[in-house]
Amino acid sequence: MALPTLDTGPGSPPVTGRTRPGRLTRLDWRDQAIYIGFVVVFAVFALTLGDDGFLSGANLLNIVRQTAIIAVMAVAGTFVIGAAQIDLSVGSVAGLSSVVTALTLSATGNVVFGVLGGLGVGLAVGTVNGALVAYAGIPSFLVTLAMLGIAGGVAQWVSGFQPIPILERGFTLLFGSGDLGPIPSLLLWALVFVVAGAVVMNKTAFGRQVLAVGGNATAAAFSGVRVRRITFTVLVASAVVASIAGMLYAGRLQSGRFQWGAGDELSVIAAVVLGGTSLFGGTGRIVGSVVGALFVGLINNGLILAGLDASQQIIIQGVIIIVAVALARKH
Amino acid sequence: MPPAAAVVTVPPAVAMTGIHKSFGRTEVLRGVDLEIRRGEVHALLGGNGAGKSTLMKILLGVHRPDRGRVALDGAEVALRTPADATAAGIGMVFQEFSLVPTLTVAQNVHLGREPRRRWLIDDRRMCAETADVLDRMGVGLDPRAVVGSLPVGYWQLTEIAKALSQRVRTLVLDEPTASLPFSEVEHLFALVERLTAQDISIVYISHRMAEINRIADRMTVLRDGRRVLAADVAAVPPQQVAEAVVGREILHLVERPARRPATGQAPVLSVRGLCAGDRLADIGFDLAPGEIVGLAGLIGSGRTELVHCLFGVDRPTSGTVELAGAAYAPAAPCDAITAGVMLLPESRQRQGLVLQHSAEVNLLLPSLRRLRRGPLIDDTRGRALYENMAGRLGITGLGRGQPVARLSGGNQQKVALAKWLALAEVGLTPKVLLLDEPTVGVDIATKTDILGLIRELAAAGTGIVLISSELEELLAVADRVLVLRSGRLAADLTRSEIPDEESLQLAIQGA
Repeated sequence: MALPTLDTGPGSPPVTGRTRPGRLTRLDWRDQAIYIGFVVVFAVFALTLGDDGFLSGANLLNIVRQTAIIAVMAVAGTFVIGAAQIDLSVGSVAGLSSVVTALTLSATGNVVFGVLGGLGVGLAVGTVNGALVAYAGIPSFLVTLAMLGIAGGVAQWVSGFQPIPILERGFTLLFGSGDLGPIPSLLLWALVFVVAGAVVMNKTAFGRQVLAVGGNATAAAFSGVRVRRITFTVLVASAVVASIAGMLYAGRLQSGRFQWGAGDELSVIAAVVLGGTSLFGGTGRIVGSVVGALFVGLINNGLILAGLDASQQIIIQGVIIIVAVALARKH
Repeated sequence: MPPAAAVVTVPPAVAMTGIHKSFGRTEVLRGVDLEIRRGEVHALLGGNGAGKSTLMKILLGVHRPDRGRVALDGAEVALRTPADATAAGIGMVFQEFSLVPTLTVAQNVHLGREPRRRWLIDDRRMCAETADVLDRMGVGLDPRAVVGSLPVGYWQLTEIAKALSQRVRTLVLDEPTASLPFSEVEHLFALVERLTAQDISIVYISHRMAEINRIADRMTVLRDGRRVLAADVAAVPPQQVAEAVVGREILHLVERPARRPATGQAPVLSVRGLCAGDRLADIGFDLAPGEIVGLAGLIGSGRTELVHCLFGVDRPTSGTVELAGAAYAPAAPCDAITAGVMLLPESRQRQGLVLQHSAEVNLLLPSLRRLRRGPLIDDTRGRALYENMAGRLGITGLGRGQPVARLSGGNQQKVALAKWLALAEVGLTPKVLLLDEPTVGVDIATKTDILGLIRELAAAGTGIVLISSELEELLAVADRVLVLRSGRLAADLTRSEIPDEESLQLAIQGA
């Protein structure tokens, strides 16, 4: 990344207390791009789809429900991408976790064991991912791509391709099906993760060390940061959070199934990058990632209301991601 | 016009007159003149932020001047793009090289303008043309060699070959010796002479006065965006040049303030029989608290490897190290830091700083855990610590939150050093500070600041190991100089055993 530009050499331009006003404004605008984009798209949908029920409370809550699980995973994904790694296995881990949770619940009838089973999936996968990346030095892209296949395959195998129903009301109420007054419990889950993620990212030594590792791992190590431990921790956290996301799917859909979460890795990466976190590491915007997730959910919802089918939705989603990332890119 | 112009009838190779350039509200160049004659070596001097790079960027077509004219060989030109400048015969070799390490010398030289036969690249012609250029330079280098496998000196030669193959007539060299081992410097000077004999003009940017006296014909000194001195090198004493650069009277850098020598104290660091693969063999020395030990040697002599072993970046294969009397074997830099051994690394850009983060974030990185109140970081305290350090070291620059990449080299180095001073403020004082080329690429004012700081730290009891390729710097601050040669300790000289720079140079080269 050390491109030879004159800017970095000694004797580069202004070393006075003032920055170029033009550039500063532009950077500010780009940092806020996702929020502006969200408001603009929301306004467009409100105007054009208001008659189709876009603005109804039920529909807005629906968007939140559909987005909440992605938002939860995007919080952990922000740490992964901020540390200049990638986790492609989150969707498969969520699916496997939903299956293992459902199987444990049906075998034991005990919610605690079910939850422990799901978390165990995340912990096991995360430990393997983290160890291979941080200590064996294999690129996370390859490790988690392989894990995407392995976890997905295991989920299909142990479930025999069948959905496993979950009958324990206690579990489904806690994980995603229940409401607290007017507020869906999924929203509360997302809120807890976002607040915790934002505090850890911005206010703890760990969060800042993650970004230092992502920005320049060598400089971080030379500053006393335990780079391998940070990389390991971030990948374990990502898998554990993905396993919780799998349990949220299981609770909301009252079953465990290998398809739950399939393809979510792309939505998570899109949400994180749309939110202003650089794919090259060194930055991490938790709140941005959540708005990024909402943005994707918003667009899907609007397109459904506008009468587009699933295939058209995916196409437009792809186009929007490219446009948004191109606009928000810093030169 | 200087009086010498009367005898010059040929128009100058480059004449820049009344160049003005502002970025936003910041005036970087305020009416600068620069005149380069055909076939001369012209030194361009100035502190960080004096406007040297902006002026060169204008000559290279990267920036356009707000006002002023550029004439090449007497004809006024408009250099709107870098391509215009290349076509006009202007080239530059950057301090940070712009080569692709995985390609061969010939491929790098022709990058982006490969000779073709129909649609395919004509490899044979490419190699032949590169061989011709290298021949003109008097360099024996295989055009088919992969650049990444070559020593750094050859990278520079490849860069120069690249410029020459584009028919360069004025070549800008930015700190060309900063990355070169001593043994290569003479080769570079010979090459420069060879090029000027072919009527190529050289603009030579450097902070090293000795080099300028050695090879430059004339010089221009910039300060605060103005030309403050333009003269024949021979006509101006070095002291006057240094004062023109800094803008105030400076003490001799080479002057050695009296230091209280460390007497009879138990060593803070004690190294015995240290080996590391084939890079270090049987290194042994003691470092007393408050002592400054210089490490001299050529590039590849094992200086950096030695401090990396002491900092836990590399692990020695055998040997023992004691820190304040206790066994010390750091497995990673974090262990070294906890034990009180800290390193200012050789490359501030690659090892010292996270370039996209702000000066404040960089400075506080090692101290984060000690700035916590409960599990969270006390930001108020962090900010106060940064302000304190920035004030103490005179770190000036862009506003808060701006990436440290935009600071000048001198300010970046101050931030990298301040990381350890900040850590001392929150309770972890360095017992041993390892400094690897702390003043490379920084201006004279910053250099005196940094050397002053080193003396201050030593006076406070920190043992210091200072690697430097600038002998006057070693002689100015070191109490003792260890000379490394091919990974072995070749000499351990107290300051009084070194009469002058020449004798140290001889010890280093093993003559």
